[in-house]
Amino acid sequence: MPTLVDTTTNVIDVTDVDLPTTDVDAPDTPGTEEEPERERALVFQLKDVEVRYSGHTAVREVDLDIAANEITAFIGPSGCGKTTVLRCLNRMHDLTPGAEVLGQVEYHGENLYGGKVDPAEVRRRIGMVFQKPNPFPKTIFDNVAYGPKLNGKKRSELGDIVEHALTRAALWDEVKGKLKNSGLSLSGGQQQRLCIARAIAVEPDVVLMDEPCSALDPIATARIEDLMEELKTEFTIVIVTHNMQQAARTSDRTAFFTAEVDDQGRRVGRLVEYDVTEKIFTAPGDPRTEGYITGRFG
Amino acid sequence: MTAVASHLTPLPKSRARKAKNVIATIVISLAFLIALVPLIFLVVYVVQQGSKVISWEFLTDDLPFVDRLPGGGMGPAVVGTLLITGAASLMAIPLGILGGIYLNEYGGKSPLARFIRFLSEVMTGVPSIVMGLFIYTLVVLNTKEKTGFAGALALACLMLPIVIRTTDQMLSLVPPELREGSFALGSRKVRTIRTVVLPNAAAGIVSGALLAVARAAGETAPLLFTIGIVRETNTDLFKGQNTALSVQIFSNATSPFSVQQERAWGAALTLIVIVFITTIAARLVTAFFARRQTA
Repeated sequence: MPTLVDTTTNVIDVTDVDLPTTDVDAPDTPGTEEEPERERALVFQLKDVEVRYSGHTAVREVDLDIAANEITAFIGPSGCGKTTVLRCLNRMHDLTPGAEVLGQVEYHGENLYGGKVDPAEVRRRIGMVFQKPNPFPKTIFDNVAYGPKLNGKKRSELGDIVEHALTRAALWDEVKGKLKNSGLSLSGGQQQRLCIARAIAVEPDVVLMDEPCSALDPIATARIEDLMEELKTEFTIVIVTHNMQQAARTSDRTAFFTAEVDDQGRRVGRLVEYDVTEKIFTAPGDPRTEGYITGRFG
Repeated sequence: MTAVASHLTPLPKSRARKAKNVIATIVISLAFLIALVPLIFLVVYVVQQGSKVISWEFLTDDLPFVDRLPGGGMGPAVVGTLLITGAASLMAIPLGILGGIYLNEYGGKSPLARFIRFLSEVMTGVPSIVMGLFIYTLVVLNTKEKTGFAGALALACLMLPIVIRTTDQMLSLVPPELREGSFALGSRKVRTIRTVVLPNAAAGIVSGALLAVARAAGETAPLLFTIGIVRETNTDLFKGQNTALSVQIFSNATSPFSVQQERAWGAALTLIVIVFITTIAARLVTAFFARRQTA
C-alpha cells in the first residue's frame, strides 16, 4: 500500500499500487450513482469538496469518484471551477496563498489532506500537465530527466528512462537526434508532448491534464488525444477541457460543472452531473447539462 | 464623408499625423545624438590624456615618494582597487542574491518583504559618501585603523541594495508556470529555486551583479576616509592602509602640479578600462546563459 507520508525518494511503481485494505471499492461507497456494470478501482473519492480563495467560495458540493485506468473529463463553462477541482487532486492549491480546500479528498482511501501527508510526495505520484506548455528552459533530455533525478535515479539509468518516456509520449522519433537542444526550440505541440513525457517519466499513478490542448492546433490535439488513449492503460487520467467533442471522444466518464450566481452575486462553481460519458452526451439527466452540450449556453 | 476619389486618398487628419510622426522621429534622433556627445567626448578625452602616461611601469610601479616629480606608477592603486572591489563583491553579491531570493520567492507581498524592498530602494539612493561615513564611524573608529577591508565594507554596503533589487526583479520575471511545472513533479521549494528559477534568471542576475561591481570599482567617496593612503602595494586587506585608483584620481587631480594631473588621467584611463572589461564580461555571461536556454 502506498503511503504518502514516507520521505524516501523512491517512487512506488504503478504496478505496485495495490488498493488499500479499506473497502474503498466496495459497492456501498457513497457514490453519486450506481455501478451495475463492473467494479471500478477507485483512485479518488471526493466528498463535499469546497475550495475557497481568500474566503470566497470558488466551487462547492463536489462529490465524485475517479476510477483507475479511466479517463475522466471535467467539462463546463469558464469559471465553473473545473480547474479548481483538478488542482485539489495533487494539492496544487497549497502553492496558492489564500486557497483553502474543505471537505474530504481521498486518494486510495487515504485522506489527501491529512496532517502527515507531504504535498511533494503527493505530486510525485500525481503528475500534472498544464494548459500552456511549460517546458523548463533546459535541454530536452534534462526536461524529461528532471523528475527521475528528483527521485534519486542514477545518471546511468536516465538515458533509458528518458527514451522510454519520450517514446510513450510519441515524441522520441522527432527529437531523438537533438536531445541536447533546448526544450523551448520545439513547436507548441511538441512542447506539450515533452511536458507529458516529463510528467510520465516519474511513473506517476495519475496524470492530471488541465486543458492540455487549448493552445494547440487540431493536428497536435489529435496526437495528444491518441496518446491519452494509449496512456490510459498505465495511468489514471483526469482531463479538464473546454472542448466538449474532446471530452466525448476521449473520456470514459464526464463531470459537468457549471457556475451559479449565489445570493451575494458571486459566481460559485458546482458539479451538476457526473456519469458515463456516453450517457452525459446522449441522455443527460439534468436540463443544464443538456443545455450546455447542445450549445444553448456556455 | 464625401465621395472617395481614390481608394488611397488620405483620410482627414492623416497628413497631420504623418507630420507629427516625422517631427517626433527627428526630435528623438537629435536627443540621441546630443546624448552621445558627452559620452564620446569623455572617452576620447580620457584616452587622449591618459595614454600620455600609461605604460607597463605606470600600471605596476609603486607611487612616487615625491608626488610632484615625474616617475612612479599606480601599482598599489590598481591592486587596491581590484582587491577592495573583489572583497566587496564577495560579501555583497552572495548576500544580495540570497536576499533577492528571499524577497521574491519567500516574502512575496508580505509586510516584511515590502519593508525590505522599500529599504533597499531607499538605500540605492543613499549618497555613497554616507556609506563611507557609516563604515568610518562603525569600523574605522573602533579598530583605530584604516584598512582595505573597511573600504570593501563600505563598497559592499553600496552594492548590496543594487544586487538585492536586480535579483528580486529578475526572479519576478520568471514565469510562474515554470515553478508550477517543477512543483507538479514533486520538487520542493529549494530545489525548484535552484534548478528551475535561478538558471532562468541567471543572465539578468549576473549582469546586474557585474554592473554593481563596475559601479563600486569607480566609487571614491566611500573609500576616502576608510582606506587611508599607501605608497607600496599592500595585499593585506585587514592590516595597514591601502589605496585605490579612484582615490588616486581624486588626490592627484586636485594638485597644482602637472605631473600629478597627468597621473590622475592615467589612473582614470586605467579605471575606465577595468570597468569596461567588467561590463564586457557581464555581456558575455548574459549571452552565454541566454544561448544555453534557447539553443
